[in-house]
Amino acid sequence: MNTTTHVIGYRTLTAVWLGLMALTALTVWVSRHSLGIGHVWGSLAIAALKGGLVIAFFMHMRYEGRLLRGLLFVTLVTLACFIGLTFFDVLYR
Amino acid sequence: MNPAENMLPAGKGGFWIDTGKTGIASWIFSTDHKRIGLLYFWSVFGFFLVGVLLGLLIRIELMAPGRTIMGPQTYNALFTVHGVVMVFLFIIPGFQGSFGNLVMPIQIGSRDVAFPRLNLFSWWLYIAGAAIILTSLFTGGGPPDTGWTFYLPFSERTGTNVSLAVFGVFIVGFSSILTGVNFVTTIHRLRAEGMTWGRLPLFVWSLYATAWVQILATPILGITLVLIIAERLLGTGLFDPARGGDPLMYQHLFWIYSHPAVYIMILPAMGVVTEIIPVFSRKPIFGYRMIAFSSLAIAAAGSLVWGHHMFTSGMSDTAILVFSFLTFVVAIPSAIKVFNWVSTLYRGSISLEAPMLFALSFILLFSIGGLTGLILGAAATDIHVHDTHFVVGHFHYVIFGGSGFAFFGAMHYWLPKFYGRRYAEKPAILGWGLMFVGFNILYFTMMVLGMEGMPRRYYDYLPEFARLNFVSTMGSWILAVGLAILLVNLFRGLRSGEPVGNNPWGGATLEWSIPTPPPTENFAKEPVVTHGPYDFRGAGIP
Repeated sequence: MNTTTHVIGYRTLTAVWLGLMALTALTVWVSRHSLGIGHVWGSLAIAALKGGLVIAFFMHMRYEGRLLRGLLFVTLVTLACFIGLTFFDVLYR
Repeated sequence: MNPAENMLPAGKGGFWIDTGKTGIASWIFSTDHKRIGLLYFWSVFGFFLVGVLLGLLIRIELMAPGRTIMGPQTYNALFTVHGVVMVFLFIIPGFQGSFGNLVMPIQIGSRDVAFPRLNLFSWWLYIAGAAIILTSLFTGGGPPDTGWTFYLPFSERTGTNVSLAVFGVFIVGFSSILTGVNFVTTIHRLRAEGMTWGRLPLFVWSLYATAWVQILATPILGITLVLIIAERLLGTGLFDPARGGDPLMYQHLFWIYSHPAVYIMILPAMGVVTEIIPVFSRKPIFGYRMIAFSSLAIAAAGSLVWGHHMFTSGMSDTAILVFSFLTFVVAIPSAIKVFNWVSTLYRGSISLEAPMLFALSFILLFSIGGLTGLILGAAATDIHVHDTHFVVGHFHYVIFGGSGFAFFGAMHYWLPKFYGRRYAEKPAILGWGLMFVGFNILYFTMMVLGMEGMPRRYYDYLPEFARLNFVSTMGSWILAVGLAILLVNLFRGLRSGEPVGNNPWGGATLEWSIPTPPPTENFAKEPVVTHGPYDFRGAGIP
């Protein structure tokens, strides 16, 4: 079993944190402006980007092997299916 | 039983005594997977008995029109608590926690699970969640009356103690997620040398598929329950159309978890049946790869069909079409399993002992439950029987006739291995027979009532439904008598019955190759696996 750990520098972590704060501000901005169909998709895109940053850096997935990346991929595809299937109702109601 | 095995010394040994630790602390703080498995078993089984009692009371109330033994508010609370206890405290944690813990590490040739302390923590979370749920019954506004689905807007408005109950379920959900993580890691990392994926016992495959459902779907239940609490305490309006919310979104979120949860309940049961049938047919399993594949396929496809619970809710027609199609897709891997079990039985030397009788009844009752599920999965027919007793009958055929009967089969198949003693065969068969007859009278009658239009969850009903409701209640009493005979015989046997040897059934999986009861470390030296789990040559068939 691989027991090595990867240390991420404070500069990188701070940059990611600032990125997350900026994206949070963007989420609030999007929620207060009417963008039509882009309203939902924009919010989802921002949320996905924020989640991606957390997973890649704070959860160290960027430095993990293929098995864990594969397992994460299965998880994300499942989540995408859950959200996607819900849209068959929301978009066509 | 092999006569030579009768010569073995009676009584407990192995993990019961070899650590030298006794007393309650040696159990509730133990990290041994077998002790944790038995902790889970007795916990979930205790809640099962509570659920049975509540179910019997519900049936007595419905025995005749009008008030029989309770008022409408008590009735509403009773069917809610019956559902919550049976679903969240018995059958969801039941197989993984008890028989998964007891058997899976041994079946893969491991000394324990990957994270033994996390395993113990899972049980403690389960107990904490259960304690909170029980507390909710006797505090605040009294037991919840929403049904186990906690549908909004009613669960936001009712004065009963919904917030505390859903918080308890939230905690139990964490226990389930941690067990799932533990099992996936264990099956990936702790298999013995030679235990390839193609040699994994099919019970382990079913636990693996189930563990993924636990990991992927349970967090959504957690979020949903938090949102109920937020609605009640903060008035967020997420599901209130007057404030821009969407009540159907609650149903989506709830069923995104709760339909896959049905597969958390049934997949390990299928795994149990897949272990029992080849052993009692004296034949290798038919279609090993397809059964393993179908476990994964059921887990995957079953996670995408939740919308069939919402056909009459006002959901879009497009969604109804899509979810109806996906629902029919799940029937394919389920049928693969049934055909493979029947093919295994074909020309086998079938031995009709108690575990096998439960496995065979599983095939019949699950098939009835599955086929009536197609009636509910087709939107056109679902509209007629939605929210009727037909749904109650269908659900119990799948979960009680399927998972429940498999649970009893597992109890008779594996518990003697861990207790070192076994039950008497004739009373077990009598108990099974009464249960089988009572079960069908109880639940088939419910499906007929549903077809005739009797709604579910109603306290009272029209006079034309009286006769069949009376018959259904009689069925519940026959079932209860059978259950009592079965359990008294089993537990008396485990306490003072005939001693069993290492391999009383002639199984070929690894748990039958080690002493009875197993030692704490399971294996004296790490096993090297050289044959498949259903290769009975040299397995000591009695």
